[in-house]
This record gives sequence, structure tokens and C-alpha cells, in this order.
Amino acid sequence: MPTPPLLELRQVSKVYARGLLAREQVVALNKVSLTIDDQRPSIIAVAGESGSGKTTLGSLVLGFIQPTTGAVLYRGQDVARLNGAAYLRFRREVQAVFQDPFAVFNPFYRVDHLLETPIAKFKLARSKREARRMMEDALNAVGLRPEEILGRFPHQLSGGQRQRITIARALLLKPRLLVADEPVSMVDASLRATILESLRRMRDEHGISILYITHDLTTAYHVSDDILVLYAGNVVEAGDAEQVIRQPKHPYTQLLIDSIPWPEVDRRWGSVELVQRDGAAASGGCRFFARCPAAMPRCAQSAPALYRVSEAQAAACYLHEGQPVALDEVLRASDRAVMA
Amino acid sequence: MTMNQNAAPTLRVSNLRVTYYTDAGRVTAVNEVSFALAPGERLGLVGESGCGKSTLALALMRMIKPPGRIESGSAIVRTDKGEVDLFALDEEDMRRARLSVISYIPQGAMNALNPVLRVGQQMIDALQAHVPEMSYQAMRERAEQALESVELKRSVFNLYPHELSGGMKQRVCIAIGILLSPRVIIADEPTSALDVVVQRQVMETICKVQAQIGASLILIGHDMGLMAQVMHRVAVMYAGRLVEVSPVRALFTRPLHPYTQALIQSLPRLDNRGVFRGLPGLAPSLLRLPSGCAFHPRCAQAMAVCAQVVPKPITTADGRFVACHLHDSVDSDLTPAPVLQEQSHANAPAA
Repeated sequence: MPTPPLLELRQVSKVYARGLLAREQVVALNKVSLTIDDQRPSIIAVAGESGSGKTTLGSLVLGFIQPTTGAVLYRGQDVARLNGAAYLRFRREVQAVFQDPFAVFNPFYRVDHLLETPIAKFKLARSKREARRMMEDALNAVGLRPEEILGRFPHQLSGGQRQRITIARALLLKPRLLVADEPVSMVDASLRATILESLRRMRDEHGISILYITHDLTTAYHVSDDILVLYAGNVVEAGDAEQVIRQPKHPYTQLLIDSIPWPEVDRRWGSVELVQRDGAAASGGCRFFARCPAAMPRCAQSAPALYRVSEAQAAACYLHEGQPVALDEVLRASDRAVMA
Repeated sequence: MTMNQNAAPTLRVSNLRVTYYTDAGRVTAVNEVSFALAPGERLGLVGESGCGKSTLALALMRMIKPPGRIESGSAIVRTDKGEVDLFALDEEDMRRARLSVISYIPQGAMNALNPVLRVGQQMIDALQAHVPEMSYQAMRERAEQALESVELKRSVFNLYPHELSGGMKQRVCIAIGILLSPRVIIADEPTSALDVVVQRQVMETICKVQAQIGASLILIGHDMGLMAQVMHRVAVMYAGRLVEVSPVRALFTRPLHPYTQALIQSLPRLDNRGVFRGLPGLAPSLLRLPSGCAFHPRCAQAMAVCAQVVPKPITTADGRFVACHLHDSVDSDLTPAPVLQEQSHANAPAA
């Protein structure tokens, strides 16, 4: 029997209902499938604007919320049904780094507390000395000098240092999967490169796969192997990072990439026409219809499938209707290496 | 571009110094900052958190609160009625100058609007405070025109802030900022909370209205991408001082200061995928600034003199400004800057 994938999302939807009899329904995520292979660690970026469902996706993977339909499987086991030792193992092997490096610290404790807690909780060390060594190793691994960090209070450290401590904390537990939700958006531009470097080292030196959730396509391009672009809860484009950024096939991805302010004076932004059409967001149609410069009448009627536009790229747009419909395998991250 | 390089500068800041008196000692957040802004010019102000860029903006608005204090310097704005030194105005005149001479678009416009007042009322309030003689109808017309100029519908006048998206709220703040056609607009990271497409639209709107009313713009931020896309010149701040001010193209292609060079190299561009070069070290605490040039402990090109002497700012022949010992009279193109007009454009006549 082949080993089950590390992480598998099978047609996962999340619907938030409100009002009496749940009359108002908000589809935060619509039938998203994604597979991260167990064999080859990779970084998968989940990119989208606010409200695209990217954080919902992260919360589902972390088991904080349950899917309305579909299933999230971790090593073949449904995350919603984990219990006992399997649940504890999941909690240890799947770690998270969040956006705000200020909010995760309790200002009354020294930063050591953040590192000591998981060691105690999962009984990782047999002695204080061993615990100390583990903490020092983890800090070294993210490029921090332990003697400058341990014993300090959070307010004595910069945002970049704090964010790297939260990555060190995740690293302590030797996870298999890290969910990093906007880890650099609140960090100074000059420190971003250092943190992204830490993420890449987690993949290369520690064999950890990373779900990198972000609104920033420039960092997604730089750090990830594959990119999944979400729009209003739907996967609109997915595939190899280089291809998606350099040759985006979905009009939405094209618009996003065109709007990136590259720090280059000769690469101008903003040549794609901005459209706002009325009678939009009709149920059943493509969710991007209202803003799409290439929309056709049929786009308002029914939503397109995810078409496979190349070996390692798929786009959910009728412009590519001639192509074969992509099954989940395009979203299977590490197969890309075989295909390419 | 409507920037006029040859005209007398709209704003001339000279030797500005702002200090905070804290329990741990006196902190100089803005130290001997001088620069000039041409009419219609868009100047970017970049630097790491805590480098003093927001303090500089607040100082120009005279909104520094104790324990902070403007110690010295002048900020002269050229208006239709002549020149005014913002730091010499009394409180009442400064109140009038805000919005009509110099206006401020805050970071996180989401929190800048009053949630219990309609947008229109907040705009009327601003107008009433400055032109009380104006009739309600005229004020309303002016407010709705301002909304239109930032690409909002006139009907937004009657809405509450919670009925607007983040981008719309930011546009309302811009509309308020331009209500009285100020000469200088300071925008403090106006798009940092917005999605990329909205960010692009809002930036385009800011530039459009800024050009329309002929104001100069100071954009504070740390997104070098935005700077590359929309600014004419960029000023780089480090530990309270300006270390380089250059035209945008020169800054990105031939940065002069080692800090700017490291900053430019750390940026994720399209053609350097996967190449990471973070800045070594950390920004210094303003309480314990390194001796000499504050950047020397992180500088790959530091020399012995850098730890001892604060580098004197100089203006190059092509009008760039840099404060670094590497450029100390080594290059014959470089001449010491005149005392007051260090970074004014090469052609700008002394006012």
C-alpha cells in the first residue's frame, strides 16, 4: 500500500451561515482540493485578497474549524476525527506561525516561556539542560543568537526577532507541516528576506512542508514551489510558482500580478484594464465575472472547471476550455518535479 | 508629471530636530533633517520601523505630543499668500494651516473616521472649522466634489464608515485631505492595509488628485515597490537622519549609501527568485545610538572614521544627497552642501 499523502484536502467547502434558518450563507471556501506529498517537502503558497478564503483554508488544515463538506486528511486520517495519541501527534507535527509577532507573546513572561511550553507539553526533554540546548538549537536554526534572546521580555525584541522565535518554536517540535499565515506582512521589508530564508531552510534542512498563506505574490514567488490562487473561495489558478507568476493564465491572476508594485523602475504596474460590471456574482456563474476584462456571456451562467493549461499549471477559466479538465493531480505539489 | 523642478520649492525643511524625553533618557527621533520639495513633486520617505519617519511627518503637522518636542528647525511652505514657517505659527494659525496648507492622510484610515458620524458630516466638520462663512449648500457641494475626485459616488456623503470597504474608507480620508487644496499632502503608509489591486487604484487616485490641486506629496512607507512605481524622489532615513535622497531611478539603479544599497539588494524582484539577502544586524535603538555614523556596525564598507565622526551630508553634482564617509570629497563631483538648502534641487534658486 502506498504511503498516504502528508496532507490531502478533498473537495473541501466551508459555508458560514447566519440569520434565522441560516438564510444568509457565505461560502468561504468552495470545493478546494490539494495534496501535499509525503516524500518530498515543498512550500505551497496560498495567495489571495482579503476575503478570498485563504485563512479559512489555514484554519481547516490546522483543525481549528471543520469543513462543511469534504474532508481534510492528515496522513490519510480525517483531521476532524482524530483523537487520543493520533490527535496529539497531529498537534505536534502540524505547527503554525501567525501574522502578528506581537500578539502571540504574553508580555508578562520572558520569551523563553514560548519555547519552554511545548517542550514541557510534549515532554521533549529529560533535563533542564537538554531543554536549554534544544531551545538554543532552534534559535540558531532561524539565525538568532540564543544569548541575545533567552531571558529577554517580548518588548525588548524587534518584530523580526519575535517572528523568528515563533518559527523556532515550531521548529522545536520537529513538525512535518507548517502553516504560515502571513508571517512577514507585519515585519519590516529589510527583515523579510531573513524570515523567508528561515522558511526555506525549514524545507531544505529539516524536511518540513509549508503552507505559506499570503496576499503578497512577490514573496510567494520567491519562497514557494507551487502557488494556489484563491478568489472568493475558489481556486482560480494553481501550479508551478515560476509559471503562474511569469505566465498567469487566469484573468484574475493576471490582474493581481499586473498590480504588483515591483521594486524596479523599469517594470511598471497597471496595464491591465480595471473592470466593474453590474449584475455580477450571480449564483452559479464565475465569481470573477464582475471584474473580469475577458468575461463572456456564458461566464455569468455557469462556473468554469479547472483546466489544465500546461504540465504544471491549471486555470479555472473558459478561455482555456479546449484544455483537458484538471483533476486533483495538478494540485498535487511534488508530482510537479516528475512532470516538469 | 506636473512636477516643476525649476520653480521655488513648495516646502523647505531645515535642520529639523525632534526629541522625546523618556525615563531612560533623551531620544533624538529626528536629527538635523533638511530637504526641499518642488511644486507637484512626490517624495517617498522610507526607513525601518522606529527610524523616525512618522515622527518627521507628525512634526511637520505640529502634532508631536509631550514627551516629544520640536527642538529646532524650520519648515517653510510657499502658499499663494507668501511663505509661512509652520514652526513659527501660533496654535490658532497652525490649526488653520492644517488641511489648508498641509494635510495628513493617516495610516489605517479604517480607524481614522468617526464610526458614529456619516462621512458627509465629517467632511462638513472639517470645512466648518476652516471656512465658517461658507453656506451649507456650498460646503456640501465641495465635499461631494471631493468624493467624486477620489472616484467615489456622491451618495457616499450619506453613508456611515462601516458601510464602506477598506479601500473606500481610505479614499474618504484622501477626499478630506484635499478638501481645502493644501500645498503639501503627507500620506503615512496609506495603502499598507489594502489588497494589491485596491492599493494600485488608491495610489493612482492619490497621484491624480495631488496633480490636480498642484500639491506636493510626501509618501511615508517601507514598501520600496510602491516607491519605485509612483515617486519622483526617495529619501532614505536611518536612525533619525536622512542618509540619502535621490531621484527614484538613480536610487534604484545606483544607490549611493551602503544602507540604501543593502536595502535595494534585499528586495524580492522578478529576476532574482530565491536569492535572499537580508540586511545584517538590527536597527539600533535610538536610546543607544552607535558613535559616529549610526549605520557603521551593520555596514560592510565601514572604515575607522565611521565609528568616530558623523558623516556630513553632501550634495552631488547631479543633485543627489548622501551622508556617508565613502563620499567624503573622494569624488571630485561632490561638493559640500550649502547649509540651508542641502537637498533642494540643483536648479532651485535660493528663496
